Amino acid sequence: MDFIDYYSILGLSKNAGPEDIKKAYRKLARKYHPDVNPNDAQAKKKFQQINEANEVLSDPEKRKKYDKYGKDWQHGEEFEKARQQRQGSRQGGVHFGNTEGHDFSEFFESMFGGARQGFGSGSTTRFKGEDIHAELKISLQDAFRTHQQTFEINGRNIRITVPAGVEDGQTIRVPGYGAPGLNGGPHGDLYITFSIQNTTAFKRKGNDLYLQHQLDLRTAVLGGETTVDTLDGKVKLSIQPETQNGTKVKLRGKGFPVYRKEGQFGDLYVTYQIKIPTHLNEKQKDLFRKIFEGG
Amino acid sequence: MENGDYISVKELCRHYAIEYSFVSQLSEHGLIELIEVGEQSAIRMERLGEFERHLRMHYELDINFEGLEVIAHLLEKLDSMQSELHHLRARLKNEGLE
Repeated sequence: MDFIDYYSILGLSKNAGPEDIKKAYRKLARKYHPDVNPNDAQAKKKFQQINEANEVLSDPEKRKKYDKYGKDWQHGEEFEKARQQRQGSRQGGVHFGNTEGHDFSEFFESMFGGARQGFGSGSTTRFKGEDIHAELKISLQDAFRTHQQTFEINGRNIRITVPAGVEDGQTIRVPGYGAPGLNGGPHGDLYITFSIQNTTAFKRKGNDLYLQHQLDLRTAVLGGETTVDTLDGKVKLSIQPETQNGTKVKLRGKGFPVYRKEGQFGDLYVTYQIKIPTHLNEKQKDLFRKIFEGG
Repeated sequence: MENGDYISVKELCRHYAIEYSFVSQLSEHGLIELIEVGEQSAIRMERLGEFERHLRMHYELDINFEGLEVIAHLLEKLDSMQSELHHLRARLKNEGLE
């Protein structure tokens, strides 16, 4: 625990008057106030220091005590007496309000016991805690179905429902799961951004899916059936004779679920890639020649 | 008058020990939206956080209404830039570029 120079925090000299203190505090508070620095941990810390300095220097009694014992808080006999006196007076019922003490330095707690008067009028200013941003990686298959996910943020277990159809980069807010508030204020919120990992053959654009599907030459020429994968299982498609390479078919409702619209799905677009046979033997090549020459 | 959706201006003034003129000034500067519920003015509960922010900045930091207006615009801009930055960082990470 180190000595804290409250004067230097507020940029003041030891003989600064109450007006100087007020002015210096307001100037710095405007700069570092959590309301004008959302999600800025450094500014929050700085504001706590400024607040603490103001808490001491703007209160004549605390300032007197600080000026007298501040630097020698650890060794001074007089300080110890003052400390005992303080404890005695607290037992006697002196209570300054919020004594949770988490927002003050150890030094302050040691000298003033976590006493707090708050800003100006004596009210306690409560601030919402910082928002936390986190990324959650899920597979494309997981994003296809509504499911539960449990994970840990800052030592707290969080269980959320991930609705089917979430998009890559989409952010959801979980109220109250951010950092704790200042001066007993409410927790901030947790923002979860989904990162969808796609290791499948499907390409996703919005709610539609795209798939390249290989078709053997025989089926493409003569027609027949082929089995196509969807994220919801396999489907059988009939192939028209003389199907061309690059032919695209649309499977209505076989795409991705529409976010928060139960029962609604995008479409699946299947593009046929005709597979030309390789490693043909001479006999097979001859048959091809006959087809082409005979045509 | 107070239900889950809104809180009356009368109730706000009583709770925060402020004058009605403060609320009407905020409304005139477009910083809060007042709605009429029955014969009373009220604000939506979901905007209470914003209202408290204006209240703190005005009374604790001595910022006038014009200043509050400027800050509100800048905070909105900052928020959207932070979201965009976060989104881009997530994308970079996802694509193995960060």
